[in-house]
Amino acid sequence: MNKTAATFCRLKAKKSNLPSQGSVFLAALAREGRLQVRRRGDLLNPLVFFALVVVLFPLGISPTEEILAPVAPGVLWVAALLAVLMSLDALFRPDLMDGSLEQQQLSGYSLAALAMAKLAVHWLLTSLPLILLSPFLGIMLYLPWEAQGVLLLSLLLGSLALSLVGGIGAALTAGLGKSGVLMTLLVLPFYIPVLIFGTGAMQTAISGGNALPHLALLGALAALALTLAPWAIAAGLRITLSGE
Amino acid sequence: MYFDSLSEFINMGGQGLYVWSSFALSLLLMAFNILLPWLKLKATRKQLARQLRREVNQQGEQA
Amino acid sequence: MWKWLTTLYHRLASPKWFYQISGLWLPWFAVVSLLFIGAGLIWGLAYAPMDYQQGNSFRIIYVHVPAAFLAQSIYVMMALAGVVLLVWKIKMADVVAQSLAPVGASMTFIALVTGAIWGVPTWGTWWMWDARLTSMLILFFLYLGVIALREALKPQDTAAKACALMAIVGVINIPIIKYSVDWWYTLHQPATFTLTEKPAMPASMWVPLLLMVIGFYAFLGWSLLLRARAEVLRREHKSGWVKDLLQRK
Repeated sequence: MNKTAATFCRLKAKKSNLPSQGSVFLAALAREGRLQVRRRGDLLNPLVFFALVVVLFPLGISPTEEILAPVAPGVLWVAALLAVLMSLDALFRPDLMDGSLEQQQLSGYSLAALAMAKLAVHWLLTSLPLILLSPFLGIMLYLPWEAQGVLLLSLLLGSLALSLVGGIGAALTAGLGKSGVLMTLLVLPFYIPVLIFGTGAMQTAISGGNALPHLALLGALAALALTLAPWAIAAGLRITLSGE
Repeated sequence: MYFDSLSEFINMGGQGLYVWSSFALSLLLMAFNILLPWLKLKATRKQLARQLRREVNQQGEQA
Repeated sequence: MWKWLTTLYHRLASPKWFYQISGLWLPWFAVVSLLFIGAGLIWGLAYAPMDYQQGNSFRIIYVHVPAAFLAQSIYVMMALAGVVLLVWKIKMADVVAQSLAPVGASMTFIALVTGAIWGVPTWGTWWMWDARLTSMLILFFLYLGVIALREALKPQDTAAKACALMAIVGVINIPIIKYSVDWWYTLHQPATFTLTEKPAMPASMWVPLLLMVIGFYAFLGWSLLLRARAEVLRREHKSGWVKDLLQRK
């Protein structure tokens, strides 16, 4: 696949009555939705992983409220972050293996937009259930009530950045048969700011402060990721495709 | 010289162990960063030269 | 001057020219690095006055600070080489990026360990979650990530481009990580001593530091060229000039 071919396809798409970029994006959304709903097990696994990791902490540290409550924000955030990261690992691999990713590249439509459709569906079906599950795990860790709302909000904003940045790692490691550990090594350092501001927001809320500045910073991170990550993900996918 | 005697220089006011171990470790690691690439460069040259000789010999036999 | 630089840049893109010119540069880098590091060591260890607060353990900055400088600038250099590779498709940029990664990781390691050793007499512990040390630790993981990615991916071309992209993403993220870690540190711990950031150092203290920094950069050039030369030979072993070069010996 070379550049001329892509340009040619794009020209062809313009001339004939091929669907527009927007309708292709919607079609990709629908396709992703169908595909990911069919893999029901893959949808459930991150939730179970999240719950299990959280359960390990009372067992490993102490079940008393005095010890669990202060560490609850960190535990919840780290567990959620790892669950999102693990679930992203296989985001592009099936499409790469069955050749549909190459077809998407050849189609002449924006690869970044198609990857975004994938990530959007993934976020909706994996990260959102995870976020909705988190208050219940928060109760089990004696998370103070006043922090529950901030937990939801911070995870909601933070998971956007987590998904987008994780997508870059997933794109680069899609060509590898198994990449769990490598992907973790690549992406986790980039998750640190999200973790810091996410837990910071919750700790501020627990101590009675205003969590809004932290949430704003999380939003800024998400916005930055949203502007830069699609480009990087598309570049990563092209690099992976060039090696196939 | 800032120090009055050699033993004082080595002792560094009781902090000699920290200072000297830091410097020794850093210089050792840096020396490795020169030594290993240098050995590798030599080995690469040798290996490629041997490979080339073999190819030349083979072509000679065929001709 | 500009024209000279662009010519140099275009010439360096040629592996053959790079190999020839790097052979000429190599001894200079070696001499400068040995001279400056040697002078900096003697001056810093034996002649610089002791810090009135930290005592003699402050002398650790003469390796810690140059190593930390290099650790950060090598990552930026890797990202720049990555841009050159991805935008202008110059393969030599990847040879440079590949050769930079191990030096960068070593420098980060030196900065980390010397920082930890410095902590024993100063803070009384081997490790403190100091903002600088934590950022350095994260940088170390970033280096390991790039190195691991190169090991894992095949073919070489794909690995090169993937590492370039990783380095660029890393460079965009490093300021964000640094800022967030600084912020986290001030939230959790009151700022105490930090290894660097000294108010107004006398010349007898900072001149040896400057010598060491220059020496370390020359050392980088030395180590980098040695690695890059081996890599150029390995990658170009089928081309005519390498064969000529090998047969001459």
